[in-house]
Parts: sequence; C-alpha cells; structure tokens
Amino acid sequence: MFVTRRVEFSAAHVCRRPDLDEEANRALYGPAANPHGHGHNFLVEVTLEGEPDPLTGMVLDLKQLKEILRQEVVEPMDHRFLNAEVPPFDRVVPTPENLAVEIWRRLTPHFNGRVRLHAVRVYETEDLWADYFGESA
Amino acid sequence: MILRLTRRYRFAAAHRLHAAAFSQEANQQLYGKCNNPHGHGHDYVLEVSVAGPLDEATGRVANPAVLDRLVAQEVLACLDHRNLNAEVAEFSDAPPTTENLLRLIRQRLLARWPETLARTRLAGIRLYETRRNIFELAERS
Repeated sequence: MFVTRRVEFSAAHVCRRPDLDEEANRALYGPAANPHGHGHNFLVEVTLEGEPDPLTGMVLDLKQLKEILRQEVVEPMDHRFLNAEVPPFDRVVPTPENLAVEIWRRLTPHFNGRVRLHAVRVYETEDLWADYFGESA
Repeated sequence: MILRLTRRYRFAAAHRLHAAAFSQEANQQLYGKCNNPHGHGHDYVLEVSVAGPLDEATGRVANPAVLDRLVAQEVLACLDHRNLNAEVAEFSDAPPTTENLLRLIRQRLLARWPETLARTRLAGIRLYETRRNIFELAERS
C-alpha cells in the first residue's frame, strides 16, 4: 500500500553553471538562469510503501512522517536561498530533478525497515515536476 | 540515476463526436450530447512525462524548453483553438474522442523524439478532457 504526504516550502534559487557563459546558461535554463535568483512555492510529495500494522491499522504514524519532513525538508529549505544556504546546492544546480534526489537522500535513512520510501515528487510549479524512485528504479 | 520529468500544457479545441459507420440515430444514442451537430469544446490539459538519466552536469533529465518547443510545434500548433473535425486531417473520418486524440499526440511526439529528446524516452501522456475525464497512455520501459 502507498501512503503519500505533501509538504510545501518556499525558496529562492538560481539554475546556472559557473563554467558556462551567459548565453549557454540562458539556453539551458531559460529565465531560471538569472544570477540574482527567483523563487517558487515548491510542493513535495513523499510516497511510502508498506503494509498496515495489524495492531494500529496504519502503514506508519503520519505525525512521525510530518516531523521527519519538517526536520529534513521544511526546516533546512523553507524561506532560504537554496544555492547560498542549503548544501549541496552551493555546487549542485537546484533543478527540480536534483531537489527530488536530494530530498530522497535525506529521507531514505528514516525508512529502512517495514516501510520503504517509494517516490519523491517535487513540483517546481504546477506545470513542471520531477519524480525520483531511487537507484533501483 | 533515472528520473521522470513531467510538464503540463493546455489547449482549447472544438469537436463533435460522430462515427460515419453508424446511423444518425445510433450516433445520437452512442455519443449523446457530444453528437450535437454544431459541436462543442473543451479546455484540454495535457501532461507529458519524460524519463531518462540525470545529466550530472546540468542537473537535468531534459531541457523543459526543448520539450515545450516540441509540444508547441507538434501538438499545440495543430490542436489549440482549432475545430478538430474540420481542421485536423486524422479526424476527417475518425471521431475525435480523447482516446484518438491521445494516440495522435503520441504519434506526433514520437515522430520527432529522436531528433529532439534522444537521451530520454517518452514515459507517458495523460490527457484531461475535463477535470473529470482523464485518459492516459503509459509507455513500457
């Protein structure tokens, strides 16, 4: 059974590579390459897979998941400038793809038992999102 | 590292569901109000999913601008603000159901996929005819 929890954070970012010139960056990232940065209300969907515990009837305690998401995603990323304040985005371009991978890396150690991390989806806008299903997918 | 990137597009089009193989009455029965001879229209929402390896240098699976261009040229240009029955050759005899529309979109995207998004594969297409009617083609990996 899959259980999905949504969490939002608002952050600034720049999608730009220091080794490329202005023109190449614009071609690659469009307006997101503006070096001053811009921001989004990022929406994250975290999907877990597991069977409901026979006693509690729950795959996992959602209060616990909420706390993990607060600690690993909201606390470090909300109202931050990702490139400047949230490693590894000082050297990794904070595209929605890389955000999905990074959020997966932060969350996966919490789910190595009965419950497995199945997917991380990061919406940069409601018209663009990335899904990561881990290395095995 | 394989990821999937999805982009959402919108287009508005008129259509009328009518199958030449059936009588007037049978069409009326089959398609109901969608058979109205004057036609009607929808705000379609199209989601195109692309899967592929993460390019570590760019942090990208695909450049959304390249996908946007492909969808604009191959899909939106011929469907947006059009009358599907009157203006899209494929629907001169086949009814422009959302199923048929989905197949047409897939075929048009795949025809130019190798020259535009060769590093990736088309992972799926989802088409909303209305908020309540949703059609999807998933590509096998």
